[in-house]
Amino acid sequence: MKALMSGNEAIARGAYEYGVTFASAYPGTPSTEITEEFSKYDGVYAEWSPNEKVALEVSIGAAIAGAKAMAVMKHVGVNVAADPLFTVSYTGTNGGLVIITADDPSLHSSQNEQDNRNYARFAKIPMIEPADSQEAKDYIKLAFQISETFDTPVFLRSTTRVSHSKSVVDLEEPVPRKDTTSIQHNRDKYVMVPAKARLRRIEVEKRMEKLKEYAETFPENRIELNDADVGIITAGMCYNYAKDAFPNYSYLKLGMVNPLPVKMIREFASKVKKLYVVEELDPFIEDQVRALGIDVVGKAIFPYTNEFDPGVIEASMTGTSAGAPLELPLTIPMRPPNLCPGCPHRGLFYVLGRTKAFVSGDIGCYTLSFMKPLEGIDSCVCMGASIGMAHGMSKALGEKGKGKIIGVIGDSTFIHSGITSLLNTVYNRSDVVIVICDNRTTAMTGMQDHPATGSTLQKQKTKELDFAALGKALGIDSVHVVNPLNLEAMKAVVKEELSQDGPSLVISQAPCALLRSRQIDEIIPLAVDPHICTGCKVCLRLGCPAISWKRFEDLGDLKVEKKTKKQDGIAVIDASLCNGCTVCSQVCNFGSIKEVQ
Amino acid sequence: MYNTTQSVLLAGVGGQGILRASDILSLVLMEAGFDAKKSEVHGMAQRGGCVTSHVRYGTKVYSPIAKKHDINILVSFEKIETLRYLDYLKPTGKVIVNEIEIYPPSVNLGEAQYPSDIIDIVKNHVQEVKVLNATEMALKAGNPRTANIVLLGALSSFMTDINDDCWERVLRKSFTVKVVKANLDAFELGRNL
Ligand SMILES: Cc1ncc(C[n+]2csc(CCOP(=O)(O)OP(=O)(O)O)c2C)c(N)n1
Repeated sequence: MKALMSGNEAIARGAYEYGVTFASAYPGTPSTEITEEFSKYDGVYAEWSPNEKVALEVSIGAAIAGAKAMAVMKHVGVNVAADPLFTVSYTGTNGGLVIITADDPSLHSSQNEQDNRNYARFAKIPMIEPADSQEAKDYIKLAFQISETFDTPVFLRSTTRVSHSKSVVDLEEPVPRKDTTSIQHNRDKYVMVPAKARLRRIEVEKRMEKLKEYAETFPENRIELNDADVGIITAGMCYNYAKDAFPNYSYLKLGMVNPLPVKMIREFASKVKKLYVVEELDPFIEDQVRALGIDVVGKAIFPYTNEFDPGVIEASMTGTSAGAPLELPLTIPMRPPNLCPGCPHRGLFYVLGRTKAFVSGDIGCYTLSFMKPLEGIDSCVCMGASIGMAHGMSKALGEKGKGKIIGVIGDSTFIHSGITSLLNTVYNRSDVVIVICDNRTTAMTGMQDHPATGSTLQKQKTKELDFAALGKALGIDSVHVVNPLNLEAMKAVVKEELSQDGPSLVISQAPCALLRSRQIDEIIPLAVDPHICTGCKVCLRLGCPAISWKRFEDLGDLKVEKKTKKQDGIAVIDASLCNGCTVCSQVCNFGSIKEVQ
Repeated sequence: MYNTTQSVLLAGVGGQGILRASDILSLVLMEAGFDAKKSEVHGMAQRGGCVTSHVRYGTKVYSPIAKKHDINILVSFEKIETLRYLDYLKPTGKVIVNEIEIYPPSVNLGEAQYPSDIIDIVKNHVQEVKVLNATEMALKAGNPRTANIVLLGALSSFMTDINDDCWERVLRKSFTVKVVKANLDAFELGRNL
C-alpha cells in the first residue's frame, strides 16, 4: 500500500515495521513528530524524557538490556546528550541503538545551525542520511541492522526538509515482535573505568575499520554514471536538489556519511572530468575527499550558510545569480511569529518590561517577547541558560546589579536544565529573581506533556511535579505562585522580590491559551468602546494580535468623537481572535475595554 | 504526464488551514497517478507567522521545494502574502488571491500601513489573476472553516490535468460525515467562480 508521509512519520513507521519497541526523546523541531507518531503504534514503549541526555541514557539502558531502542532529538539536543554519547561509542550496545538527530539548516526554529555530521566523526559512530520519506523508512531499518551487526550506536541524520516534507512511501507489514531482552552482566564492556575503557577504545578503532569496509558495499552508497563531464558527490536532501537542477550529470549518492567509502570515491573521481561536492553547512565530505588527494570543488562556490534549493545549486554551479528580487512599489511589512492572543506570557512580560531590569531569557514561546512592543527579554543562548547567566551577571555586577537581574525560564525548559542552576543560586548565595513561566505545557514545540503536567506521552496519569515545593526543597525561602493575567498581583510580587536579598522564585502560572481553547470553557471576548477610547495606544504596547489600530478615516460608517485634540484613531479588538484574557482591560486607564455583552 | 515537474505554492498566515489544503492537494495528485512531494516548514510559523507549502508533481519529482521563478500557480490565502512570494512565479504563472487582510504586528501597532493597491500590483506582474473572498464564500457554504477548501476549488479550475473525480474522491475521504457536505459545497463554490 502506498501512503503520503512526512520524513518523520516514515521514520516512525520504519521503526515499527522493523520491530523497534522502545523510544525516548525530548521534543524539538524538526524531530518531535518522530516520537509522537511512534508512540501511537501497538506494542511499543515511548517516553518524553526530561532532556536529551536522559533520553539517550534511557535508550542506552534499554539497548544494553537487549531491546531495539531509539533516542530522538533535534541537533542541539545532541549537545546536551554528548556526554553519554561519546562513551556509549566505547561500550557498544548489545541490542540495537539508533540516535536520531534532526538538523535545522536555515535555523527555521533553532538557535544555531550546527552540522551534526561532525558528531559522527568526533564520537566515532556511523551515520546514515536519508533523502526523502521512502529512504527515511528504509534507513531506520538499516540503522538498526548496522547497530546490531557491529555492536555500535548508529546515527540517523535528518534535516528539516527531510523531516517535514511529504512524499510517497510503500508500506510493509511489521515483522513479528519477539522479546530479545534479558539481564546480562558484562563488566568488561559496560564499566568504563580507565583500565576497561582503554581496551574498549581499541575495539572502537577496530570497529571503524570494519565499518569502512562495509561502507564500500553499503547498498545505499551508489554511483549513477551519466554525463561524465561533471560528477557530483552528495547526500541527503541535497541529492534531490542537485538532481532537480542537473538531472544529466553523474552522481555518487552517499547513504552513509560516516565513515565514507574511500575506494568508491576514488573510483567515481576517476570516471568524471570535474568533481563537485554538494553539501549544506560544513565542508564535511569535501574536506575528506580533498584529504585523499582528489581535486574537488565545494565551498569555493557553494554557501556555508542556510539550506539549499535547486536554485542555489544551479546558481552556484553556473555562476549566475539566483534571480533578481522583484521590484515592488512598496515594502511588504514583516510577519514574525508572535505570542498568541490570550497568551499568559504577555501579562508577565508586560510587567517585567517595565521594571527596567536585565531579563536573562531562555528558549520557548516566551522568547518571542523579545520583540517590539514587549521587549521583555534581553538574552537567549540555549535551553536552561537563563538562570546561570542571571546568577553570573548578578555576581559580576555586585552592588550595581542589586534588584536589577531577573532570570525567566519556561516550565518545560526549567525541568530540562534549570533545576541544577536554580540550586546553584541558593548554594552560591545569589540575589536574582527567577521566574518560571509555567503555562502547563511545552508550547513552542506543539504542546507536549512533561513531568509537571501529570500525564505521560502515552497518556498515562502520573505524578505532577510541584515547582513551589521543589523551590523550597532546594533552599529558596521566598517562593510565590502568581497568575500573570493579574497584572497588579504580578507587579507587586516582582517589585517586592527585586527589593529583597537572596534568590527568590516566582512561578508565573496560567495555562497556555491554546490549552485553554481546547477546553470547553466559554471564552468571552472583549471589545473597545469607541466612544470612551481616547486613542492613547497603551493597549497596543501589549502586542496582542487581536488588538489593532484604526485611524478615524478607516472607520467607515462609525462616527467617533475626538476625546483629545491629537487623537487620530481608536483601538479595535477582533472578537474572533480575542481569548478574553482581560490583560488589555487592565492596562486601559479609561475603562474603555469591556466584555462583549 | 509531464516531463518537467509542475509546482504549486500555497502561502498565507499560520492558522489558515494551509497545511491541510496542501495535504489534500498532494493526495489528489497521487490519486491522479502523479509522483508528488510537498514541503513546508512548521515550528515557529504556527505562532501567526508566514506559512508556505510547496506542492510539486510529475512523472518523477526530486526536490520537494521549487526554486524561484519556477512556480506554475501561486495560491495566496491572504492579500499581502501574494506579494511576498511573487518572485517564485514563472513568467507564465497564474495567481489566486484570497482578498482578506490579516494585519502584521507593525500594522496593528500603527507603525506601518496595510497597502491598499495590492491587487493592482499583482495584476501588473501577472497575466492571469483570480481574486475571491474565500472567507465569505465559506460562510455561504455553511462553515467558516472551509475557506481553505474554497481556495482549492479555485485552484482546481486552473489544474485542467486533473480529473474531477480525483478531487471528489479525496475530499470525501478527508472529512468526517458531519462536515463533508460543507467542504464539498465550498469546493464547488471556489471552482465555479
Ligand atoms: C537542547 C534543546 N532541546 C530542544 C529544543 C527545542 N525547544 C525549544 S523551546 C522548547 C520547550 C519550550 O517549552 P517551555 O519551556 O515550557 O516554554 P513554552 O514554549 O511552553 O512557553 C523546546 C523543546 C531546544 N531549543 N534545545
